[in-house]
Amino acid sequence: MNARALLIRGLIAGLVAGVATFVVAYAVGEPHIDTAVSIEDGQPHTHSHDEAVEEEGGIEVSRDNQKTWGLLTGTLTVGLALGGIVALVAASTIGRLGSLAPSQSTALVALLGFVAFVLVPFLKYPGNPPAVGSGETIGDRAALYFGFVLVSVLAAVASTYGALKVRERLGTYGGVVAGIAAYLAVVVVAGQLFVTVNEVGAFPADTLWFFRRASLITLATMWGVIGVVLTGLVSRLYAAQTAEAERRQLAAGL
Amino acid sequence: MSQPAALPVPGAASVPTIPLRELAPWALFYGLLGVLVIFFVTADQGAVSIPSGTALHEWVHDGRHLLGYPCH
Ligand SMILES: [Zn+2]
Repeated sequence: MNARALLIRGLIAGLVAGVATFVVAYAVGEPHIDTAVSIEDGQPHTHSHDEAVEEEGGIEVSRDNQKTWGLLTGTLTVGLALGGIVALVAASTIGRLGSLAPSQSTALVALLGFVAFVLVPFLKYPGNPPAVGSGETIGDRAALYFGFVLVSVLAAVASTYGALKVRERLGTYGGVVAGIAAYLAVVVVAGQLFVTVNEVGAFPADTLWFFRRASLITLATMWGVIGVVLTGLVSRLYAAQTAEAERRQLAAGL
Repeated sequence: MSQPAALPVPGAASVPTIPLRELAPWALFYGLLGVLVIFFVTADQGAVSIPSGTALHEWVHDGRHLLGYPCH
């Protein structure tokens, strides 16, 4: 077990997750983006990307490219980045989370990562299809979103650390309950303090829901595949190293 | 002599940790790189760094939406 071995496995997991996420996003999500784009084109006053591009005289990317190669570029780069980060975080927790095996620590990191980095921020600031959202507020919305993600991730890290401390005194049950309670307290309070964004307007509710469901399925695919593949790879790595160590010990004893 | 007793019991053996000192440079380098990449793909125009209407920005547009990041 070392940082390099974990990072390589994280990149493999991220690559697989990027491809799988593309397939799912294309099949489940793109139909609703197309619907939203057609709604957007029907609204002359919406500040759309295409208009912005034309105003700036920039390069236009066709919808066909955006929904295939563009989407694949996005899922692959984010997959590789996330896979490596999850693996390195997992590397820091291996052997430090009570009696959890390396594969179990890895799975837990992926699960907590999905909850803290994706699920909870999504509940506060859900993704929106094209045509929802005003171009003037994008800066504020991005700052709010990334700010909330930061609070959620920091709270998850601190809560996990706290849970381990509590566990020393109250046992595993007490530690886990205290950790989850602390995390929930922080994100619920933060959720109340952060400004609510509602720019849905007259956008059709069914398309909005279908898009958001598809977005969540896409994100679950990304994190689920990273978690499953990386957990499997770490499990194999640890088994191989344990077997090797036992063999050496046996050989030394002969 | 007492070699067999020294064999680790599967599952009960304490799991080795990776020293944080070894991990730090990897985490720093790849952590920064990864966060930067995610930022470039997902952060929208006007918000940060990326000039509006660039090819990269339009290229990864659908991924940004479906991965739940603010856009538009
Ligand atoms: Zn957009």
